[in-house]
Amino acid sequence: MDRRGASGCGSSAHKPAVLAVSVGGRRILSAVNPAAEALGLLPGLTLADARARVPGLDVANADPEGDAAALLRLAQWCGRYSPWTVPHGADSVLLDITGCAHLAGGEDRLGAALFERLARRGIGARLGIADTIGGACAIARGGGHAVNIVAPGATRDALAALPVRALRLGGEMAAALERLGLRHIGDLYRLPRAALAQRFDAALMTRLDEALGEEREALSPLPPAPPRWTRRQFAEPIAARDSIEAAIRVLLESLCRSLGEEGLGARLLVLTLHRVDGESASLAVGTARPNRDAAHLMRLFAERIERIDPGLGIEDMMLAARRAEPLGARQLALPRAGQDGVTADDAAMLIDRLANRLGARSVGRLVPRAAHLPERAQHFVFAFATGGDAFRADQPRPVRLLPFPEPIEAIAPVPDDPPLNFRWRRRLHRVARAEGPERILGEWWRGEREAELLRDYYRVEDEDGRRYWLFRAGLYRPDAAARWFLHGLCA
Amino acid sequence: MTMALVTSGPGDKAGQVEALRRQVARIERGARDTATPVLPFGVAGIDRHLPGGGLMRGALHEVSGQGPDAEDAAAPAAFVVGLAARLDPAKPVLWCQMGEGDLYGPGLAACGLAPSRLLIARARNAADLLWAMEEGLRTRSLAAAVGEIADLPGPASRRLQLAAESSGVTAFALRRFRLPDAASRAPNASVTRWRVSPAPSAPAAGEPGLGRPRWRLELWRARGAAPAEWIVEACDATGHVALPAALGDGPARRERLRIVGA
Repeated sequence: MDRRGASGCGSSAHKPAVLAVSVGGRRILSAVNPAAEALGLLPGLTLADARARVPGLDVANADPEGDAAALLRLAQWCGRYSPWTVPHGADSVLLDITGCAHLAGGEDRLGAALFERLARRGIGARLGIADTIGGACAIARGGGHAVNIVAPGATRDALAALPVRALRLGGEMAAALERLGLRHIGDLYRLPRAALAQRFDAALMTRLDEALGEEREALSPLPPAPPRWTRRQFAEPIAARDSIEAAIRVLLESLCRSLGEEGLGARLLVLTLHRVDGESASLAVGTARPNRDAAHLMRLFAERIERIDPGLGIEDMMLAARRAEPLGARQLALPRAGQDGVTADDAAMLIDRLANRLGARSVGRLVPRAAHLPERAQHFVFAFATGGDAFRADQPRPVRLLPFPEPIEAIAPVPDDPPLNFRWRRRLHRVARAEGPERILGEWWRGEREAELLRDYYRVEDEDGRRYWLFRAGLYRPDAAARWFLHGLCA
Repeated sequence: MTMALVTSGPGDKAGQVEALRRQVARIERGARDTATPVLPFGVAGIDRHLPGGGLMRGALHEVSGQGPDAEDAAAPAAFVVGLAARLDPAKPVLWCQMGEGDLYGPGLAACGLAPSRLLIARARNAADLLWAMEEGLRTRSLAAAVGEIADLPGPASRRLQLAAESSGVTAFALRRFRLPDAASRAPNASVTRWRVSPAPSAPAAGEPGLGRPRWRLELWRARGAAPAEWIVEACDATGHVALPAALGDGPARRERLRIVGA
């Protein structure tokens, strides 16, 4: 026997509040809170009437699409209690808890836990648990408690005392029934079915039968989230490179398909291989941007297939997208030679391929950094890192900068003048022309050593026309020999 | 052993024939060219000398310095940076180097290449470096792929040349590091082979400090052109080299065009 649970939600506040929609130029109430309901405001009333009856009414615009999306999220969230959940109507979620209740310690405990969790999220709800969908909906709406449970087989009796409105009927039909004095569901039991069906819509009998379990009503649960992994087992263990490649290709195609259905692209793929001898190995491939182009991802794996040691053979492969990010439907195939139209994604794919072979930290850009010392004025960031203003181009700077300033022997007879000649890497250079000094000070806030740091930079050209960037460390002092360094090579 | 094609002067027929033949070959390979097939230097003497009127796009060019020492590596790098920057200002330039390298962003900006357009790949060994360059050359999203490399064996250079032809991306092999002289001069598939060495600058009389740097630009091997050399002023902030004013203004346009043979 199926056990169904239903929860109806609505906000609970003490101040009367309503939601309004525009229908044919009129503003109609679409939902009301309990405080408003207590004042006699019901959905279907015009907003003008409602305002006349209750001055100072809180009115907000209804957002049916937003509500539906929120309800869908709520249904997915309810998945923790049952694998079969689905939004129902405009304000309910159905859970098929057959075989699940014992996991929570019984139906009552499950109901209480669900109610409490919803309350913590600020969602007012009424829960009903019964044998049928209709029964659960009816008891949730009309039961009067927060959690209403109908014992198995007792649906008919339990529903008898409920108002007919609880039977998922249209407002007009319920009103018509009430006018005839048929206020409770039990009143309908006593009447001949044929007459009822004739007088009212056949929907009334259908709803009643569904609630009592005489008509089958099926629940179409939300589809489970598509898996972000695929697996392949081999009848015969594989070891040849070609077979491994073919298997990875099949896995990638299947994974990319399911990523496509979700509108996702992979950022990190992990391939796990189980060998016949019980060992396993894994191979990770990352991408700079979300990607689900199987051909491109295959190229990334192809670079690394040599690193796989198949041992006696691989019997099982699993490919998982460990990290996936949203990616629109436009997925570009790799452009073939002779095909026009180059996009930023081409560059992204190139970066992926380079980073996967050379290492992620080996592909990047030079970006400026606010720093006094030239060696700190640039740093290397990963190719897709954001930021990076333009470098200043107004200061003369070398094309190549030595990793560390190298000491040189320089002869500079006049204080604050460039050297006449210098010896660097055992070679003597006679300075033909020079420019400078440009004084660069250390960053005093970094500490005492840095505060005393002072460099006077000169650009010099030797007799052959080679240009160097030199500096003298510290201020000129007659009692101490000046220390000179070579820091860069200019064009 | 290579036979040098020595002709009487600039604008020779053989050069034009060679340019046309290469254009036909590229069309046959399916590479569609929307841009002009060459990048002009903007210096009439050099452009007249080169087949097609400039540096061929979608081809491998080799650039080396005067010697293998560190101090000879700045001028050729700046020369390549200036050319790569001008090839296609909308696309990035891939720069493949060994290890951390020593490129300095602020200095590159002064040669015409905004460092934000520079994509740097750090390789651990020569095989990885050549692979990275070739990968770059097979993508049409780059303006140029540059590789700083010591040894460029014939087969590797042919692979780069073919990859460059197929995509239209221009390749530069920037020869660096110490090698036996014979190895650095060994034949390879480069379309042009340049040597860029510094030359003494000549600031105007009375002008203090340094003038604009000058280079001796040697084209020591080129398909369809005779070897030649020029003295030019180094790349400016737009990546252009220029003829020194004193030489350009001379009555006879004293460009030093010499045939040296190779």
